[in-house]
Amino acid sequence: MSLLEIKDLKVHFPIKSGVLVDRTVGHVYAVDGVSLDIEAGTTYGLVGESGCGKTTLGRAVLRLVPVTGGEVWINGVDLAHLPEEEMRRSRRQAQMVFQDPLGSLDPRQNIESLLMEGLEVHGVGAGRSERRRYVLDALDAVGLPERALNRYPHEFSGGQRQRIGIARALVLEPDLIICDEPVSALDVSIQAQVLNLLEELQRERGLTYLMIAHDLAVVRHVSDAVGVMYLGALVEEAGSDALYTDPRHPYTRALVSAVPVPDPVVEDARERILLQGDLPSPADPPTGCRFHTRCPWRQEERCDTERPELRPVGEGHRVACHYAEEIAAGEIAPRGVVGPG
Amino acid sequence: MPARPLLAVHDLAVTFTQRRRRDVRAVDGISFSLGEGSVVGLVGESGCGKSVTSLALMGLLPPRGVQVSGRALFRPGGGDAEVDLLSLPTRRMRDLRGRELAMVFQDPLSSLNPVVPIGRQVTEILVRHRGLKGAAARSAAAELLERVGIPDPRRRLSEYPHELSGGMRQRALIAMAVACRPRLMIADEPTTALDVTIQAQILELLKELVTEEGTALLMITHDLGVVAGLCDEINVLYAGRVVEGAPRHDLFRAPTHPYTSGLLRSIPRLDAPRDEPLTPIRGTVNDAIEWADGCAFAPRCDNYAEDCLGGPPDMREERTGHRFRCVHPVHGRAPGVPEPTATQGGDR
Ligand SMILES: Nc1ncnc2c1ncn2[C@@H]1O[C@H](COP(=O)(O)OP(=O)(O)OP(=O)(O)O)[C@@H](O)[C@H]1O
Ligand SMILES: Nc1ncnc2c1ncn2[C@@H]1O[C@H](COP(=O)(O)OP(=O)(O)OP(=O)(O)O)[C@@H](O)[C@H]1O
Ligand code: SF4
Ligand code: SF4
Ligand SMILES: [Mg+2]
Ligand SMILES: [Mg+2]
Repeated sequence: MSLLEIKDLKVHFPIKSGVLVDRTVGHVYAVDGVSLDIEAGTTYGLVGESGCGKTTLGRAVLRLVPVTGGEVWINGVDLAHLPEEEMRRSRRQAQMVFQDPLGSLDPRQNIESLLMEGLEVHGVGAGRSERRRYVLDALDAVGLPERALNRYPHEFSGGQRQRIGIARALVLEPDLIICDEPVSALDVSIQAQVLNLLEELQRERGLTYLMIAHDLAVVRHVSDAVGVMYLGALVEEAGSDALYTDPRHPYTRALVSAVPVPDPVVEDARERILLQGDLPSPADPPTGCRFHTRCPWRQEERCDTERPELRPVGEGHRVACHYAEEIAAGEIAPRGVVGPG
Repeated sequence: MPARPLLAVHDLAVTFTQRRRRDVRAVDGISFSLGEGSVVGLVGESGCGKSVTSLALMGLLPPRGVQVSGRALFRPGGGDAEVDLLSLPTRRMRDLRGRELAMVFQDPLSSLNPVVPIGRQVTEILVRHRGLKGAAARSAAAELLERVGIPDPRRRLSEYPHELSGGMRQRALIAMAVACRPRLMIADEPTTALDVTIQAQILELLKELVTEEGTALLMITHDLGVVAGLCDEINVLYAGRVVEGAPRHDLFRAPTHPYTSGLLRSIPRLDAPRDEPLTPIRGTVNDAIEWADGCAFAPRCDNYAEDCLGGPPDMREERTGHRFRCVHPVHGRAPGVPEPTATQGGDR
């Protein structure tokens, strides 16, 4: 069963200008028509370059940003159509873990009060002692001792602070946790500790994750399925293994080829697909295929004018490219590929 | 016999002395060398002393509140004469920085002047250090920007740093660094702030510059993947010391220090099957003990034994060019490298 269903989700931020009267002079198309499903108990990874809309999508699921269009269903319920009170209760089912553990924790609150806060807001637990039991349970689950409770965020290391962030999400016993760059601020030796913890919690509690990160290797490692975003839209979605062994979209291919692998033998043998230029502005996305300004396989006319739809190309594999088949068959030659060596 | 290195760093140590606070020994005896036209990596996690090392070599540490010891012998112009970068007078150092040594930082915005157009910043360097003038300098500047892959360089000359994307800014900074054809370029996390597809472009550019201009490169990063593809030699730092140093193939095939091997086991590899488990290193860098008391990695090490304490372990060399500072090294194989089989070699 799908735990999270997103249908044609759009978040357009207005760009305001004007001295006396605010006029909307355009929009940032941060999320522009994303549809995806996440099976209960699985992890869906979302990758893409800075500014492609990953965080906005995660926040839109929790209704932390105004949604321009589309639907978000959690456990078969469309949050948008719930009365205020029920929506607040439903929100408890989905929690978020942020990148910057310190920035997302109030420095003046000790750990106990940080963890209690959510329980109080959502009215969970009958009385203080029951709440305290929930808090201790969450703390234990992330591997922190009880004496952490009366200490403050700055007294902890980055990895410990991220554990606190996870405990704060866990204490509400959500079904879905949206992790936004949960390990990118951490040193690699600590990243592995946190990734393993997240996997262990998933096994024990049947959690569903939406894992947002720019590091494709991290995302692949924890995810069952991976969606690749470019300028507000999904360009490819595939099983975690297929995404590496059989990437179909030109952007995914470039991304996969660009991630450094800590192994000189692999690095020396790799073919690198170098993209030209930079990411266009999401306020003024290119016409047709949004990737056409940088695509090494771009074809005249159609790529510039017609926006490709995300269409199935295999079991659990969708791609938004007019020429995915021809490219896979080697019928179109790319420009700008750097050979091994 | 190998030629004398372009730069030989011996026992570099840097201590920050702060009033009413404990001294911080940021770098605690680092030694490594770098040959002409070669690429050498310094890798390690946050706080291990990478940036302080590079600032010390460039003579850019604050003038007060810091003690530097050791030697960094550099051969200007690649000639026979050697100078010690750590004890050179400020004027000589400034002169060397313009012509022979260049540096690229992680955050290009902080090293570019925000109120001067990119073109003027590049042109000024050409005027100051290569003696070019007027139109010749401007057109050389445009050529340089083109060389580092900035499209439409003539128009870009008049743009300000904030008008460029992160990747373009980093290119502009590299253009300025290579403007005077330095013999040694130090790049401190030059791609860390960039998206991975842009990082690939910049790394490719650095490789090209090294091959075509013969510039030697000291590459500083926390990313073992980046050094694997780029560096000839790699030095792994922990708590202000080199704990392992080797040619790149050697290092990754046979990581010998428990810290290096632990790092490799804790990184998810893009090419690994999804369910391959990660083995984290326990604890954090804050658990380090002072090198003077023993191996700083001891509190996190699985191979720890009592003889790891009582002073820093010696640097040992088992195979040529493969050094490590450890009493009980691992002789494991890196993850993903297959066991040699009995048939190997005799199989035809
Ligand atoms: N509140 C907002 N108002 C206006 N524009 C916004 C707002 N939040 C995000 N944006 C814009 O929407 C786009 C998508 O931003 P978002 O933060 O979702 O990207 P991201 O993929 O998470 O990037 P990163 O990897 O850098 O975190 C960007 O162009 C951003 O500037
Ligand atoms: N000006 C300073 N005064 C006092 N301590 C300093 C100063 N600069 C650096 N340090 C300390 O020296 C140590 C090494 O710092 P350095 O910046 O070299 O680390 P790094 O390896 O570059 O880390 P990162 O990967 O985070 O950039 C750290 O413990 C740091 O706190
Ligand atoms: S539709 Fe055209 S431009 Fe877009 S990814 Fe496919 S080939 Fe490239
Ligand atoms: S010297 Fe001892 S504690 Fe240090 S890395 Fe080697 S085995 Fe571990
Ligand atoms: Mg984000
Ligand atoms: Mg640094």
